[in-house]
Amino acid sequence: MMSYQYLLLLLLSLGVSAVEVQRPRGVPLSKRQFYEEGKPFTCLDGSRTIPFDRVNDDYCDCEDGSDEPGTAACPNGSFHCTNAGFRPAFIPSSRINDGICDCCDTTDEYNSGAACQNTCRELGSKEREIMKEMAEIAKEGFLLKQQLIQEAKSGLEEKKAKLAEVQVSKKDLEDKLEALRTVKETAEQPEKEAKERHLKAWEAAIRLEKDKAKMAEVFLELDDDADGFVSVADLLTHSELDPDSDGSFTEAEAQGLLGGVDKVDTAAFESVWNNIKEKYVSEETREPVPENDSEQYPEEDIPEEEEDDDEEDEDEDPDDGDYKVSPVRISIRFMKDDHEFLFKTKFICLSFRYIYRLCPFNRVSQKPKYGGSETNLGSWGKWTGPEDNVYSLMKYEHGTGCWQGPNRSTTVKLTCGKETVVLSTSEPSRCEYLMEFTTPAVCQEPQSLYPDAHDHTEL
Amino acid sequence: MASVLLLWLAVCLSGTWAVDKGNFKTCDQSAFCKRQRALKPGESPYRALLETMELTNTRLTLQLINDNNKVRLLLELYRLQGNITRVKINELKPLKPRYEVPDVLIREPPTEPLSLLSQDENGVVLSLGAESQRVIVSARPFRLDIMEGRDVLMSLNSRGLLAFEHLRMQKVEDGMWEESFKSHADSKPSGPSAVSLDFSLPGVEHVYGIPEHADTLRLKTTDNGDPYRLYNLDVFQYELYNPMALYGAVPVMLAHNAQRTTGIFWLNAAETWVDISSNTTVFGKMLDYVQGSSETPQTDVRWISESGIIDVFIMLGPTPKDIFSQYASLTGTQSFPPLSALAYHQCRWNYNDQKDVQEVDAGFDEHDIPYDFIWLDIEHTDGKRYFTWDPHKFASPKEMLQGLVEKKRKMVAIVDPHIKVDSNYKIHNEIRSKGFYIKNKDGGDYEGWCWPGSAGYPDFTRADMRAWWASMFAYDQYEGSMENLYTWNDMNEPSVFNGPEVTMHKDAMHGAWEHRDVHNLYGFYVQMATAEGLIQRSGGVERPFVLTRAFFAGSQRYGAVWTGDNAAEWDHLKISIPMCLSLGLVGISFCGADVGGFFKSPSTELLVRWYQTGAYQPFFRAHAHLDTPRREPWLFGPENTALIREAVRQRYTLLPYWYQQFYQAHQTGEPIMRPLWVEYPQDPATFAIDDEFLIGRDLLVHPVTEEGARGVTAYLPGKDELWFDVHTFQKHNGAQNLYIPVTMSSIPVFQRGGSIIPRKLRVRRSSTCMEHDPYTLYVALNPQRTAEGELYIDDGHTFNYEKKEFILRKLSFTKNILSSVNMAPDAQFSTRSWIERIIILGASKPSKVTLKTAGGQESQVEFEFDASMSVLTLRKPGMNAGVDWSVTLQ
Repeated sequence: MMSYQYLLLLLLSLGVSAVEVQRPRGVPLSKRQFYEEGKPFTCLDGSRTIPFDRVNDDYCDCEDGSDEPGTAACPNGSFHCTNAGFRPAFIPSSRINDGICDCCDTTDEYNSGAACQNTCRELGSKEREIMKEMAEIAKEGFLLKQQLIQEAKSGLEEKKAKLAEVQVSKKDLEDKLEALRTVKETAEQPEKEAKERHLKAWEAAIRLEKDKAKMAEVFLELDDDADGFVSVADLLTHSELDPDSDGSFTEAEAQGLLGGVDKVDTAAFESVWNNIKEKYVSEETREPVPENDSEQYPEEDIPEEEEDDDEEDEDEDPDDGDYKVSPVRISIRFMKDDHEFLFKTKFICLSFRYIYRLCPFNRVSQKPKYGGSETNLGSWGKWTGPEDNVYSLMKYEHGTGCWQGPNRSTTVKLTCGKETVVLSTSEPSRCEYLMEFTTPAVCQEPQSLYPDAHDHTEL
Repeated sequence: MASVLLLWLAVCLSGTWAVDKGNFKTCDQSAFCKRQRALKPGESPYRALLETMELTNTRLTLQLINDNNKVRLLLELYRLQGNITRVKINELKPLKPRYEVPDVLIREPPTEPLSLLSQDENGVVLSLGAESQRVIVSARPFRLDIMEGRDVLMSLNSRGLLAFEHLRMQKVEDGMWEESFKSHADSKPSGPSAVSLDFSLPGVEHVYGIPEHADTLRLKTTDNGDPYRLYNLDVFQYELYNPMALYGAVPVMLAHNAQRTTGIFWLNAAETWVDISSNTTVFGKMLDYVQGSSETPQTDVRWISESGIIDVFIMLGPTPKDIFSQYASLTGTQSFPPLSALAYHQCRWNYNDQKDVQEVDAGFDEHDIPYDFIWLDIEHTDGKRYFTWDPHKFASPKEMLQGLVEKKRKMVAIVDPHIKVDSNYKIHNEIRSKGFYIKNKDGGDYEGWCWPGSAGYPDFTRADMRAWWASMFAYDQYEGSMENLYTWNDMNEPSVFNGPEVTMHKDAMHGAWEHRDVHNLYGFYVQMATAEGLIQRSGGVERPFVLTRAFFAGSQRYGAVWTGDNAAEWDHLKISIPMCLSLGLVGISFCGADVGGFFKSPSTELLVRWYQTGAYQPFFRAHAHLDTPRREPWLFGPENTALIREAVRQRYTLLPYWYQQFYQAHQTGEPIMRPLWVEYPQDPATFAIDDEFLIGRDLLVHPVTEEGARGVTAYLPGKDELWFDVHTFQKHNGAQNLYIPVTMSSIPVFQRGGSIIPRKLRVRRSSTCMEHDPYTLYVALNPQRTAEGELYIDDGHTFNYEKKEFILRKLSFTKNILSSVNMAPDAQFSTRSWIERIIILGASKPSKVTLKTAGGQESQVEFEFDASMSVLTLRKPGMNAGVDWSVTLQ
C-alpha cells in the first residue's frame, strides 16, 4: 500500500526548505557540496577528477554520469527536478531536452523548444486532495473495520452458542441411539425384522439430527447480515429456490417460501426449511450435499468442522510474530477468523459482457451476462502480496483449463475502502484475471500526523 | 497475429504443436504437379521452327512446335539493360488469353539491341553484347544455352522438361479438369494449363532464395521429397526445415559459385513448385570417387506453375551485387521507411483496452526501455470490422493516440482484407455496392469464413478497388485515426478458414481471371493499396509504414514483412536468420520474426536471446499469441529486464547505421541483413553459413541461439580483414573460426576494420526523441590504417529526401586524417546534430589532434588513448554533423 502519510510528510518538509540554492543544473540539494564552483570536480564514484568547467558541459566524462547532472550526455545520469509545490523527483537524464515535459517545474526542458507549463502547484494541490481523501477513507475504513471485528466477534459467539445447542441436541439423539442400541443388543436372537426396525429407527434419528444441524447451518449461511433473521433479500441470492423454476425468482415467490412474511427467525425457519431443503444449494460449495443413505452405525463422534483447511495452513506460516511491522497482517488474521461474517456474501462485478463473482476464501467465477454456463476462474489458493504487505493480494488458482493454455487463475488486489466491494475485473493475460477489491478489512490505523495537514497547504 | 484457425478447425489439432500436414497438399495431391513431375528428363518433344524467326532491334521471336501434339508456342527473347535476358513462352494461339503478371515490374524493362552472330539449320547464335556473352538457340530439340566465352552459364530445356499444357476444349481426362482435395472441389473450368521449364547451372553447387520457406539459407536438393512450394498459405504452427509453402512467395533463385552469381526470376503468380537436383549430392559424390574429380558440379532446377505463361528473367551477374541491382531494375528496391519503424515495436494479441495500452506505455518509461510503436491486433476492432474501434475497450482512440504523440511514439492497428458480411458495416456495403468483391465460380460474391465469421474478400487485383481502399485511410474516413497510426495487413494470403488449404478456392473469379492465376499476388496488392492509402492521407508528404504477412516479388516497395506465426522454441529463433537472409537476397530487406515466438510461452533465457537477436535484425518487433502469458520486458525479474533493456538500447544506438543501410537498400536493392558470401563471394567457407550474418558490409553478428550456450564459434571472413569486437574493442584477424565465450549478456557483434560507423549513444525513450542528438563515430582501422563510411541524415519521416533534402557525407580516414566530405552537393538539409566523440580502433597514440572546419578555423581536440586496446577517443570535437571538417592526428 502506498504510504501517503510519508508523501505528505515530504511535501510538508519541502515547504520549509524550498529556498533556491545555487548549484549546477540537475543537482539535488543533498549533493550540492560535491559541486563547488571553480574547484576541480571529482566524479562521485571517485574514478577521476576533472576541471569544474566540464561539469554540465554536455560531454560525459565520469563513468557514473555524475559530471553531467543537467545534460543528457551520460547514458546513466539522472536529473533532479525541485518541483516546488509538488514533490521533487529524479528522472533519467535521457529525458532532458527530449521535447517531452517530465518535471512539473519544466526544468528538464530548458533547450528543446518544448512549451512546458509549470503544473507543480496544480499537481500538488491535487495530490493533497487525493491524500486527504485517502486518509479520510483510511480513517473511516479503520473505524468500520473495528466495528466489523466487534460484530464478527459477537456473531461468532452466537454461532458458538448455537453450535453448542446443536451439539447438545445431537448428544441427546446419540443417547437415544445408544439406548436403542442397547435394546438391540439385549435382543437375544437378532431376528431379521427386529434388526430392520432398529436400523430404521437409527436412520430416522440420524437424519433428523443431520437435518437439524444442516438447518442451523443454512440459517446462518442465509442470514447474510447476521441480524438473526432470514429475509426475502437473503433468499433471493439463492435462485435455485425459485418455486416454479422459471428462471426468475421474484420477491413474491421468496415471500411465499417464508410463509408470507418478510423475514423469519430461527424458530420460524424450521417450517421454511422443510419447503426449501430439497432445492437448497450451499454457498460454500454450490454443489448439492450428497444424501448419504448408506451411512454405517456411527463409530465415533465426528465433530462439525467450521474452519477451512486453507486457513489452518496460513496459521502454520513460519514467519509469524512480527506483529509490529505488519499490523495489517494481524487484523487480516483476525478478520479471517471471522470471515464468515466479513466475507459471507458474494461480491459481484459486472463487465459489459460477463458477471464476475468473488466468494472470498472460496472461489471466483465468471458467467456470461446473457446466458451460458459458469466458468471457474480459480479456487482460493494463498496470499501472494509482497513481503511487506502479504495480505494485499489473494490468489485463486486451478480454475477451468484454457484451450492450449493454463488453468484459469485470479489475483484479487485488496485496497482500503469504506465499502467492501469489487471495483473491477479484467483479464490482463489470457486466462489470468485481476480483480480489484476494496474493503475496510485492510485499512491501517491512520497516523496521528494527519490532522495537522490542513494547516500547511502553502508550500 | 494470428493464424489460429477457428476453434472447430483447431480442435482437431489440439494437443500437438506441429503443423497438420494433412491440411496442405503434397505435390502428389496437386494434380498438375504430379503430372509434371511424372515427366522425366529426356529428349524434348519441342522443336524450334527457325523459319519463323523474326529479329528486330529489341527482340527475337520464333515458334516452337511440340512434335507430339503439333501445338505451337511462341518464344520471345529479349536482351534487357543491365545484363539480363528475358525469355517468354506462350501459346501461339491460345483458346483464350493466358494470364501475364501485371504490376510487379516497375516498368516495361528497357531493352538493348540483340545481334545475330551466326545461323544455320541447327540454330542461331545471338550476341548479348559485352564480354562475349551469347545465347545459342538450338532447334532440334529446342534448347537455349547462355554462354560467356567457352563457359556455359545456364541452359534452358537442356533436360527436355519444357512443358506447356495448351488450353483445350473439355474432355474427360482424370485430374485435368475437376479435382478435389479433402472436402473441396476445384472445378478447373479451363482444364490443364500448367507450364514447366528446366534450367541447368554448370559449376554451381549453391542455390538460394525462393522464399518463403522455413529452411536453411542454402537450398536443398528435392529428389527425395517434395519440391519447394510457392503458394501463399496461412500455415498453422509451421514446421521447420521442410519445403512446404508459407505465407509469401518470391519466385527468384540465386545461383552462386566462387566465380559468378546468376539469378532466375520466374514471373508467375500461380501455384508453383521448384525442384532442385545436383550431381554432387550423395550420388554425385560417388561418381566423383569413381571417375575422379573431372566432372564439373552442376545444379539442375525445374520450375512448374499451374497456369499463366513462362516469363523468366535470367540475371547474369556476375557479382552478387550485380544480381541485386539487376533484380532491382525489374521490381524496384526496398521502400525507405520512416526512421522510427527501424526502432523497437511492442506488440501482443492483444492489448486489451486503452488503459492497457497506457499502462504498457508507462511500463516502458518506468523501466527505462525505449520503444517507438505499440501495436493493436484484431481485438481492437468493433467485432472484427476493420477501420473501426471496439466501442467499450477503445472508446476514444484519438485520445489514446494523442497520449502516444506526447511521448513521440506511434501505433500500428491491424487492417485485414477479409470484410465482415454485415449490412450495418459501411465498408462492406460500399464494397458490395461497387461490385468490388471477388466472385465465386457461380458469379455471386465469394464468401469465406475468417475472424469476423462470414467475410467477403475485396478484389485487390482491380486498380479501382485499390484506389477506393486507399481512400478509406483518409483521416475523415478512418475514424479515430491520426498521423501516428500506421497499418498492419495480416491474413492476406488470403486466409480463408473454411477454404481449401485454408485459402481461397482457385475457381473464384477476379474479373476474367481465376484466383488460380493471381493467387500469389493477392497479398502484394493488399499491401500496395494500403501503403498508397497512408501516403495519400498525408497528401503525399509522409512515408508509410505497412507490415504484411503475404508477399510476392516487388513487395519490397511497400513496407515490411515478418515471418508469420512462429513459436517460442529455440529452433524458431535459429530459423529467423536464414528466413530473413533468403528474403533479403530477393529484395525484401525489411524482415523480422516475432521476438519471443508467437505461439507458446518462451523460457526467460529464450526470450532474452530472442531480444538480443531481434535487436540486430531489420524489423524488430515482439509479439505473442492471445493465449500466452504476458511477456512485457519487465515481467521476468530485474536481471532479465536489464538484459532486454541493454539489447534494445544497442538497437537504438545503432539507428543511424540502420537508417543509412535502408537508404542504401532503397538506392541499390542490396540486402541489409546479408549472408557472408555476398561480401566474400570467393570464399567457399561462407557459402552455407546461416547462423551469423552481416548488416550492410561492416557489422558481423553471430547471435547466441543455443540454449545454455557457454560460447559460440563465429567465422570471421576475409583473409585481409580485421574485425573489432564492438563491446570490448578487441581486434581479431579475418579468415578464422573464432570461439567466443558468452554469458547471458553477450551479443557477439564485430565491426569490420576499414569501416566507420555512426552511432547515437544518448538512448532516449523513442527514436524521435533522439533526432537532434549528437553522433559518436566509430572508426575501425584496417591493416592499411584506413577506413571509410557514410553518414546519412534527413528529417526521418517525409518524402522530402526525394526533393534532395538530406545530408550524405563521406567519412574517410587515411594518412592519419579523418575527414567528412559532401557526397551529395546538390542536396540541402541542415541538422542540429553534432559530433560529440570519435573513437578510433586500432590507432596509435598521437601527440596532437587538430580539428579543421570549413571556415578554416583550427582547434585542438582533447583525447584519451587506451594503449592496451589501441583505442583513441577524441573528446568533444563538437562540429556540426552536416558540414565539411577534418581531424588530423599528429
